[in-house]
Amino acid sequence: MENTLRDPQKLPGWGIDANPENDPTYPMREPRLNVSQDPDSKHRPASLQPVEVEVLKSIERPNVSAVYGESSPPVGLSGMIRRFAFKYSESHYGHWLPLLLADRVNVVEGIIEDLGQGKVPNIFAEKGYAAEWKHNRTAFVAKMATIAAVTAGSILILTRDKKKKRKYRY
Amino acid sequence: MLAMDYRGPKRVRATQKPMPEILHPQDAIVRVTRSCICGSDLHLYNGNVPDTRVGMTFGHEFTGIVEEVGPEVTKIKVGDHVLVPFNVACGECHFCKQGMFGNCHESNTQASAVGGIFGYSHTAGGFNGGQAEYARVPYANVGPTVIPEGMDPDDAVLLTDVVPTGYQAAEMAGIQKGDTVVVFGAGPVGIMAARCSWLFGAGRVIIIDKEDYRLEFARNYANCEAYNFEKDMDDPVVFIKKTTDFMGADCVIDAVGAEAAGNAMQTITGRKLLLQAGSATAMHWAINSVKKGGVVSVVGVYGPTDNLIPMGNVLNKGLTIRGNQASVKRLLPRLIEHVQNGVINPKALITHRIPLEEVADGYRLFSAKLDNCIKPLLVFPSANI
Repeated sequence: MENTLRDPQKLPGWGIDANPENDPTYPMREPRLNVSQDPDSKHRPASLQPVEVEVLKSIERPNVSAVYGESSPPVGLSGMIRRFAFKYSESHYGHWLPLLLADRVNVVEGIIEDLGQGKVPNIFAEKGYAAEWKHNRTAFVAKMATIAAVTAGSILILTRDKKKKRKYRY
Repeated sequence: MLAMDYRGPKRVRATQKPMPEILHPQDAIVRVTRSCICGSDLHLYNGNVPDTRVGMTFGHEFTGIVEEVGPEVTKIKVGDHVLVPFNVACGECHFCKQGMFGNCHESNTQASAVGGIFGYSHTAGGFNGGQAEYARVPYANVGPTVIPEGMDPDDAVLLTDVVPTGYQAAEMAGIQKGDTVVVFGAGPVGIMAARCSWLFGAGRVIIIDKEDYRLEFARNYANCEAYNFEKDMDDPVVFIKKTTDFMGADCVIDAVGAEAAGNAMQTITGRKLLLQAGSATAMHWAINSVKKGGVVSVVGVYGPTDNLIPMGNVLNKGLTIRGNQASVKRLLPRLIEHVQNGVINPKALITHRIPLEEVADGYRLFSAKLDNCIKPLLVFPSANI
């Protein structure tokens, strides 16, 4: 494809926000406030959201923020891992790696929760495979066939090894 | 109500959830009329952002009609059709006072770097997002903005993130008249950054990606040069050096972030093994292809841990690196003006309209770049607009 362009100066709005003073630019364009220049640097909103669910707090801040998201409070094993992670600062792997682990544990907990409610998760639908089937069918079928072949091969190999071991035993 | 429900990496569904409630006197509840899937939602979808919990509803680009307000809400009223900036911002803290609405100190308990963001993991505050029929909107006196009369809701919904983020990318690049600007990433934000670079008087705008359909779209929409780094060049850095008389670009914008392709080592360590906070390929190219003393502007989203980037070259080239989540509230007046005057046409980015019930297919479509998808919009049975 060729890059045949219109004269940019004829584009709507060319240069209308140009400003030689825009360097340094946002967020340093205005004189930066330090706390001594801000008479109310510790200002908090007048009302605070009541803490009615467990909110994990970064140890890099003093309090629960005036509003917080109430979605998915920590529960179960993943919740225990998250509580452990929040003992460490955000500059520490001890914080982030356990959180990633907790996320994966949480996926299993989600499936168990679904099954507990008598609902078998429709993995095919949840992964959006209908879109792959509609728009990318050949590659999708090839991918699924490869996964099926690798899975079948792995099972075959594992099963064969077990039989061999039995042979030697007898 | 029907809502998107995250179940694990690459697994989402639409499910019935309880209605949101007023939990703070400055809360509002909105009935969502438009909601987009953002490229940065894909970082959550792919399981790359720590503390993304099962059961959360994503969505930080949405508009809605105000259904209920808390007792301290005075700036909007029931029945208003509002666009909701993706930042949750109090408007009063030390950072909001400086116009840094993306860095509010009173909206995120779980992490101190970023302020609250709707539907963007507990690392961004744990708020449920707008990919649902209804959403709770904290600090309703600050963020939600009444959609001006006559403005298309499709334009309005893109003013919640894509347009301000693209615009701020160009703004943070400190573009001066005649500058050569390179944008890595031809997703919606990259395309918008390329378009907005002209508003700051750029002399040349180059966009680089690996998807031909996106490059073609960018070329037409943003009138920029568009190149495929897999087909048109061996090495993007050398390509940019050659096309700028071996000086480098004046400004480079990273509009890719953590999901970058193009470098096997970065892809394996960043995206597959999660040993980095995503693949920093675009950032690497940006640092190495900008000219000495130039500016790198980062709006591509990375995770909160570490990335491998050539810091030695930042030092040796005397670079300025700027990045931030867009400060939507700060930019809205100017951007609304641009949309109303026809300078920017956001809704042209929307290529797909997907019922909320099919949200899983929408995520897959966008993530796998199927059917020439640029920007998917979720549509709601209860929107009536």
